[in-house]
Amino acid sequence: MGKIVLKSVRKSFGEVDVIPGVNLTIDNGDFVVFVGPSGCGKSTLLRLIAGLEDTTSGNIEIDGKDATALPPAKRGLAMVFQSYALYPHMTVRKNIMFPLKMAGMDIGEATKRADAAANVLNLTAYMERRPGQLSGGQRQRVAIGRAIVREPAAFLFDEPLSNLDAALRVSMRQEITELHQQLKTTMIYVTHDQVEAMTMADKIVVLNAGRIEQVGSPLELYNKPDNTFVAGFIGSPKMNLIEGAEAAKLGAKTIGVRPEHLDVVSSGGWEGVVGLSEHLGSDTFLKVETTQVGTVNVRASGEMMMRHGDKIHLQPQAGKTHRFGTDGKAMA
Amino acid sequence: MARSVTTQRKVLFTASAWFVALLIFFPVLWTILTSFKTEASAVASPPEFLHADWTLVNYADVWARSDYPRFFLNSVIISVGSTLLGLVIAIPAAWSMAFVPGKRTKDLLMWMLSTKMMPSAAVLIPMYLIFQRTGLFDSRTGLVLALMLMNLPVIVWMLYTYFKEIPGEILEAARMDGASLRNEIIYVLTPMAVPGIASTMLLNIILAWNEAFWTITLTTVNAAPLSAFIASFSAPQGLFYAKLSAASTMAIAPILILGWFSQKQLVRGLTFGAVK
Repeated sequence: MGKIVLKSVRKSFGEVDVIPGVNLTIDNGDFVVFVGPSGCGKSTLLRLIAGLEDTTSGNIEIDGKDATALPPAKRGLAMVFQSYALYPHMTVRKNIMFPLKMAGMDIGEATKRADAAANVLNLTAYMERRPGQLSGGQRQRVAIGRAIVREPAAFLFDEPLSNLDAALRVSMRQEITELHQQLKTTMIYVTHDQVEAMTMADKIVVLNAGRIEQVGSPLELYNKPDNTFVAGFIGSPKMNLIEGAEAAKLGAKTIGVRPEHLDVVSSGGWEGVVGLSEHLGSDTFLKVETTQVGTVNVRASGEMMMRHGDKIHLQPQAGKTHRFGTDGKAMA
Repeated sequence: MARSVTTQRKVLFTASAWFVALLIFFPVLWTILTSFKTEASAVASPPEFLHADWTLVNYADVWARSDYPRFFLNSVIISVGSTLLGLVIAIPAAWSMAFVPGKRTKDLLMWMLSTKMMPSAAVLIPMYLIFQRTGLFDSRTGLVLALMLMNLPVIVWMLYTYFKEIPGEILEAARMDGASLRNEIIYVLTPMAVPGIASTMLLNIILAWNEAFWTITLTTVNAAPLSAFIASFSAPQGLFYAKLSAASTMAIAPILILGWFSQKQLVRGLTFGAVK
């Protein structure tokens, strides 16, 4: 079991409201990702759930029981930190067994569980090494191992891949997703990287200034952003948010068109000049200065031979334009 | 780019370092040399350096005249005891200052340190009276307490510096793993801070061992450590330099040896946190 319910959870540091009041339900077995820019309160929210920070007001329920006042260890949650937070003076085996030792578990059973976790995470060969003798990816696996052995109600991940290089990040991302499929335990994952959020989550919670902007599946957020913040945050490259006459034509304050929803056409549409072109092989990214809507980003599939100064016509794909009102909210 | 140093400069720097080191060590060396001379040779003018009458008689005299093992034992008990007691109090104190600091933590640390600037003589009479009336005068317990209190600010400061270097996330991980505060300190914080705790311990044993003002003032016979042992050789009939030197050498030898073997640890401890 691992259902977590946040009811009007508020956190302030002195006079600053970091989390002004959050209501959220995380169902058992969900992989939920908290995503948002730096300082949006996502890590604080995770730490409130973990019990590493006290709530200023509101309630946190774990599996139907009020856990607001419980210390971290009593909440039945396990956490994986950004810096791995391994005990440097202990071997991998002792690191993994530490929570079991603290729980007073019989040494035989604890060893069995540690070995099983090591097997799942390919750590068997490193059990007698210390964290200092391991690579970044191995260290992160030890941290995950330490979390798994406790068989927690939910796993909390606080930007666990930020310290890894790009290639390792992709493979660890897949490992964590596979682990979730295998264990089927609730996971809450904090990241500022929307690609991680999109690829891993069952449900994404987009946070901004301590408030939840939208909750939904990755594709819901991509296809139907509730407001301009979510529209601009989810998707890479960013959605083009356009104001002015073109928006007014559609009866909106702002319109949003994703770079991949702009077609390059031979005539008509928005006319512009290519400012910057990035050729990735699989895609071509263009930055275009248009006369009608200012600067827009375009993503074209495959190799497109466009250079700085080339003239271009762009046409938004039918039915893919998002409309937002004066309050920044999506219009029906 | 690394700064290049010419050979000439290197030689100059090395020679200067040796000169300063010898200058500092010279009084100790002279004391040790004098302890092996006869009384006449010890006061000879000009001072005899290499052609003195070497003898071990001073050591035999000092050994015969006083109960060296008792003084030695007192020194060990007082210096080690006060340091251990200080650590027991300072570890939780430094933990709270480093990991759950309050608004006034910095002020508190500065205030603690400021007590070290107080001249001992200023509190001599109240301390003397308190010790006398509570039965702590001339007792090892009394001296352990006095020296512990005297060195506590140094112990707390040193430990605070070491603890600040330990990432808070590791302690939070321990908390998530179910460690109580006690277990967090025993299984995680203390083992990680062992190098720091060891150098704090060494430095404080040395400070307590060398302390003379309170150990001489607050003892007569029973609890007198080696500092009082040296002082007892300045007799009213005059100073017997050779014997006094022998007594001093016997008093400083244990701590000198301890310092020599632990110098790496000491230097590491004192420069801890200076470079990240």
